[in-house]
Amino acid sequence: MDTRDGDGADGAAGSGLVNLFFDAFAWILDPANWEGRGSIPQRIGEQLYFTFAAMAVASAIAVPLGWLIGHTGRGRDIAVAITGAARALPSFGLLFLFVMIAGVLLREPSTIFVLVLLAIPPILAGAYSGLEVIDRRVVDAARAMGMTEWQILWKVEVPLGLPLLIGGLRSATLQVVATVVLVAFLGLGALGFEIVQGIALRSYDQMLGSAILIIVLALLLDAIFAILERFAVPRGVRAGRIPDVRTASSGRRATAEASATT
Amino acid sequence: MIEFRSISKTFPDGTTAVDDFSLQLPSHQTTVFVGSSGCGKTTLLRMINRMVDASSGELEIDGENISTIEPVKLRRRIGYVMQNSGLLPHRRVIDNIATVPRLNGVPKKEAHARALELMDTVGLDRSMAERYPAQLSGGQQQRVGVARGLAVDPNILLMDEPFGAVDPIVRADLQQELLRLQRELDKTVVFVTHDIDEAFLLGDQVVILEKGARIAQKGSPEEILANPASDFVASFIGADRGKRALSIREVDGSSILVDGDGNVAGALTEEGTA
Repeated sequence: MDTRDGDGADGAAGSGLVNLFFDAFAWILDPANWEGRGSIPQRIGEQLYFTFAAMAVASAIAVPLGWLIGHTGRGRDIAVAITGAARALPSFGLLFLFVMIAGVLLREPSTIFVLVLLAIPPILAGAYSGLEVIDRRVVDAARAMGMTEWQILWKVEVPLGLPLLIGGLRSATLQVVATVVLVAFLGLGALGFEIVQGIALRSYDQMLGSAILIIVLALLLDAIFAILERFAVPRGVRAGRIPDVRTASSGRRATAEASATT
Repeated sequence: MIEFRSISKTFPDGTTAVDDFSLQLPSHQTTVFVGSSGCGKTTLLRMINRMVDASSGELEIDGENISTIEPVKLRRRIGYVMQNSGLLPHRRVIDNIATVPRLNGVPKKEAHARALELMDTVGLDRSMAERYPAQLSGGQQQRVGVARGLAVDPNILLMDEPFGAVDPIVRADLQQELLRLQRELDKTVVFVTHDIDEAFLLGDQVVILEKGARIAQKGSPEEILANPASDFVASFIGADRGKRALSIREVDGSSILVDGDGNVAGALTEEGTA
């Protein structure tokens, strides 16, 4: 390659990159990769299995706990400290640590255990902060009307806190689905397997192709939660955002005035 | 009748909000607790539906000691209207009004029909039934709050500065509505305010409170104005100044009333000819 000709070198690198992406998509679309053992659908299935298993267990623990903290206002400081500290956990190190402690035979449950640990903090934070942001006067009025504590929780706090809870589930899911890639290093498959195998075989199309699949999967899950989050905002609360209309109209007025002065 | 007997309340942080308070609140009348902020008037009100439990003393409603009644049960038979309405933002107006009847197991259809009637009672157009609280003005929200307080047809209606957050014109309007409602419904109303004019307008019995919920004076507005018990009361009701300190001046043979600032307030007429 002519080193003096910078443009030529860039062009070669550019076309190399394009070719690499072309190869990666060819790998994704290759029918041979879509059937049999270790096929792409199977890897996606494994990826989703670990993600949903961890999310189910983590939600079952963190949602009731977060609601309890949010409703009673007790234990909030501890929850904040734990969720803050847990966010700094190194997921890769934790995975290996627990598999080594539990033994190779128990690597699947211990993997899910670690994923659960990672998922709990954002879910917990979403659950209790959702209840915390509710106007105290609304809760006070509900109690003064004669609602029981259960009725206050289910009829007032849970519906009003739902958007923030789903926000918590959303960030937890993203974190877990990204971390599940690492389980390939423990021989548990999922989409990370294709990357590990790709590195070993130096097949860049396979590595990039599976990376693209992981990204698309994460974006899809995120989009689903974004939609759920939108629908979780109670109608009356959405209806209250009338100021949007006002700012829009005053904006129009402002531009009208501006054009009048010019 | 509601009766406070030597009620005291000390909060966990050591502040004594209510110090040995005794009072009878006659049925079918409006009793107004009035005082500056922090005098314990809201604490007194919230003791009646056990939102606050007394540290010592007894509180009876029609001879029944309320500490023996389960709070949730007690609250469901007492109407409660608060400042800023406290409406549930995720529920429509009609569902907000029907909340307590629905909790008590009244079928939805029946509860909604009653809620619509209550909207008429408090002067709300029925077309608002499907709206959410955030789509209403402050005055309309307060009307919904009153309708909700009346939903189970309670004997007692507690009102905690219900008109404190609306503008003066709407407040005057709501005060007149409440007077009309009280003539029609004949409830035992306990009303808390820091506005002495509101207290004199609405109260059959006005209770002026000092710090620690000590009674500075109680009586009808006339009694209090005619004979303020202390300098504190005189100053609180403004008897020594402004528009309440009226004096008579003779002009061309008729009596003109002049207020404390020297402005003409009106003419004195024979009783009954006005």
